[in-house]
Amino acid sequence: MLDYKPNIVLSNQEYNVVGTRPIRHDGLDKVTGRARYGADINLPGLLYGKILRSPHAHARIKSIDTSKAEALPGVKAVVTYKDFVQISDKAADVGEGEIRNIGFMSRNCMAHEKALYKGHAIAAVAAASQHVAEEAAALISVEYEVLPPVLRAKDAMKDDAPLLHEGLVTVAEAMGAGGTSDDGTGGSNVCKHFEHRLGDIEKGFQEADVIVEREFSTEAVHQGYIEPHTATALWDDDDNITVWSSSQGQFAMREQTAKLVGVPISKVKCIPMEIGGGFGGKTITYVEPVAAALSRKSKQPVKVTMSRIEVFEGTGPTSGTNIWVKMGATKDGRITAAETKLVYEAGAFPGSPVGGGARCMFAPYDIPNGYIDAMDVVVNKPKVAAYRAPGAPAAAFAVEQVVDDICEQIGMDPLEFRLLNASKEGTRQIVGPVFGSIGNVETLEATRDHPHYSSPLEGPYKGRGVASGFWGNGGGPASAIASVNPDGTVSLVEGSPDIGGTRVVVAMQLAEVLGIPVEDVKPSVGDTDSIGFTSPTGGSSVAYKTGLACYEAAQDIKRQMMQRAATVWETSVDNVDYQDGALSHRDDPNLRISFKDMAERLNNNGGPIVGRATVNDRRNGNAFATHIVDVEVDPETGKVDILRYTAVQDCGKAIHPSYVEGQIQGGAVQGIGWALNEEYFFNENGQMMNSSFLDYRMPTSLDLPMIDTVIVEVPHGGHPFAIRGVAELPLVPPMAAIANAVQDAIGVRMTQLPMSPGRILEALEEKNGAGS
Amino acid sequence: MAEVWIPPRMQSITRGQEQVQVGGATVRQILNNLEKEYPGIKEELVYEDDIMPGIAVIIDGETGNLGMLDKVQENSEIHFLPAISGG
Repeated sequence: MLDYKPNIVLSNQEYNVVGTRPIRHDGLDKVTGRARYGADINLPGLLYGKILRSPHAHARIKSIDTSKAEALPGVKAVVTYKDFVQISDKAADVGEGEIRNIGFMSRNCMAHEKALYKGHAIAAVAAASQHVAEEAAALISVEYEVLPPVLRAKDAMKDDAPLLHEGLVTVAEAMGAGGTSDDGTGGSNVCKHFEHRLGDIEKGFQEADVIVEREFSTEAVHQGYIEPHTATALWDDDDNITVWSSSQGQFAMREQTAKLVGVPISKVKCIPMEIGGGFGGKTITYVEPVAAALSRKSKQPVKVTMSRIEVFEGTGPTSGTNIWVKMGATKDGRITAAETKLVYEAGAFPGSPVGGGARCMFAPYDIPNGYIDAMDVVVNKPKVAAYRAPGAPAAAFAVEQVVDDICEQIGMDPLEFRLLNASKEGTRQIVGPVFGSIGNVETLEATRDHPHYSSPLEGPYKGRGVASGFWGNGGGPASAIASVNPDGTVSLVEGSPDIGGTRVVVAMQLAEVLGIPVEDVKPSVGDTDSIGFTSPTGGSSVAYKTGLACYEAAQDIKRQMMQRAATVWETSVDNVDYQDGALSHRDDPNLRISFKDMAERLNNNGGPIVGRATVNDRRNGNAFATHIVDVEVDPETGKVDILRYTAVQDCGKAIHPSYVEGQIQGGAVQGIGWALNEEYFFNENGQMMNSSFLDYRMPTSLDLPMIDTVIVEVPHGGHPFAIRGVAELPLVPPMAAIANAVQDAIGVRMTQLPMSPGRILEALEEKNGAGS
Repeated sequence: MAEVWIPPRMQSITRGQEQVQVGGATVRQILNNLEKEYPGIKEELVYEDDIMPGIAVIIDGETGNLGMLDKVQENSEIHFLPAISGG
């Protein structure tokens, strides 16, 4: 039994609802199977869609003949790129306010001129049954001119490398959506290149007594969500489109679908279904526009559901990377300089998370001199998508191992080294800005003081590692509408699809303000016609931004309730108090009414009360984590077992500690999978060879010990309950922590992910061979 | 005046200066004044009177909420960084 360390609470504000652990409102539906996910939609006349995908990683599409498929009985529609809006991918044509090149997004959804990865969508069929749709898809004849694929960023950067996009412009900063040149000439596979610089890097290295320099590489890995992408679309006779899908943002799906099929967004209504995991991978549309285009042509509702193979081959994993890091420190443990070159694979279209890697990698440290050089490179693999703290985990894998090497060389405890160099309030980051209030030091101290760190670890081939990580957390627009019901409950409609228990988390914030039990709040996630715009469930933002909207909506209710009491009591609102779910007259103790009793009388004393709020706040707090892991390496097989794992993280105020702990545990487990087993494995033709869960090995409960968590609560001033984002950061430290533990166990520095049995054995053989 | 940190690959426009002092009470005013002194820099950072997509404006360590409309203090420090998107 592991020692359990309770939350380290540094905030001193006590709450009634916030910080408790109520049962989530959607829990019973989800454990009993009543909850409705995307694939559960069934409509009269429903057709089934199937997407034909490219067998080649790189090929020019010379012709597509759909006639045989269209002639098959039961087939109602066949679409190719010609059935979508033809959107330019020229940089000059990127529209106002676009963060993405929609031309690229359109080409990723359905290939136009070229197939750019194995699994790239080429055409789609709608038919009366799934079997007929699959049979028809196989009847589509595509003439390809097969081109040589380029699968590694380093190869793609060579002068003679095959170009994925003729004329692709290299954007000078990590800014703008990029695109191809007007005349389509020239071009590069490097789509973005940017730098950060602080201080004097040469002087910094001159001051160092120890310099460590290493190169690391990681492979593409998938988020591995249980539920495949699915969407059902109905394009009606009035050209209104209704889409039911499971995604991380119904508003993002509405916007992307509208653009790709060429209608105003007001013509698209997206209804968010329950979602079986996303982790960033469901922020991008793949099947919604295809279902819509098939519905337009067939005049019937169409459901498109991916298979697991399609999820692996046709949606976005995170980037494979190549990262070089050099760091210098004095003998007494002060970091004097840090330098890196980051090359991230974007997949087939521009847009890797290299910016996230650059922003986060050195953030745990106060480094006076630094230089970061970062590149985003296209290769013939699926276009990458976000995955928990996009870009940061691979960068941490590199930096945290170099830090470990420095500690070993100067003989300093790795946590003492991190504490000595820890970033804190006032630290200037290499990327420029100065940190405000952060909890890095408190997190490191909690890690150092945890019983795990001082516990004995005995026996051969066992090792302990630690690693830190940083993530900047996001915010953005969010909306909430809360209606007071006559029985004293509140119906809450908010705009964030609930992936990790966010319904109850935002409802708790509303309940706290109103002084009512959270069980009296009925939260639901609204469709795009029922709630104001809310940015996607991503960036660890929902508890912060949608929670803030619910907080403000509750304040709106409170204000109206107080005004109503003032009207009833024939007094000024200044004489009315609201506390602990009750209204009272300041001067007359006999005048007191509970929220519930007032709710019952609303329609008789002025009408319903509805609270509403919209917010747009991006100041979600910066957060740090440090993980400790014990491993045992089997020198015969190369298998690494995780013996013990402790994750410590500053979360600000934990609204619902159980879900905070769950997020930390989930992130750590995904990191263990990324560290030890997971990778996209391609053959030389760019074909993924392990596109099933049998061959793409994710950890199961049998592979794992209990993930012990410590929540450090350093308040964040930007939110009334002082919360910080939680969900992404737990994926940042694990791979580095495990690599450091492997180094401690067998004396081998693992610079490639995954640290699979084969790689461990190779490394051991190299070590033993070198020593013999 | 506010201090604007110039992204390294734009420092050719500011004649090698890494930081420049610029007057203005909003990000828009700062950028307009920056453009007067260093012609060409605004088109790197602004698209049709809005911050260029993909750029985050960091004012005194906090990500701005309003883009061009964010308020700037007399002694503020402003950075234009690649925006990072979450998962």
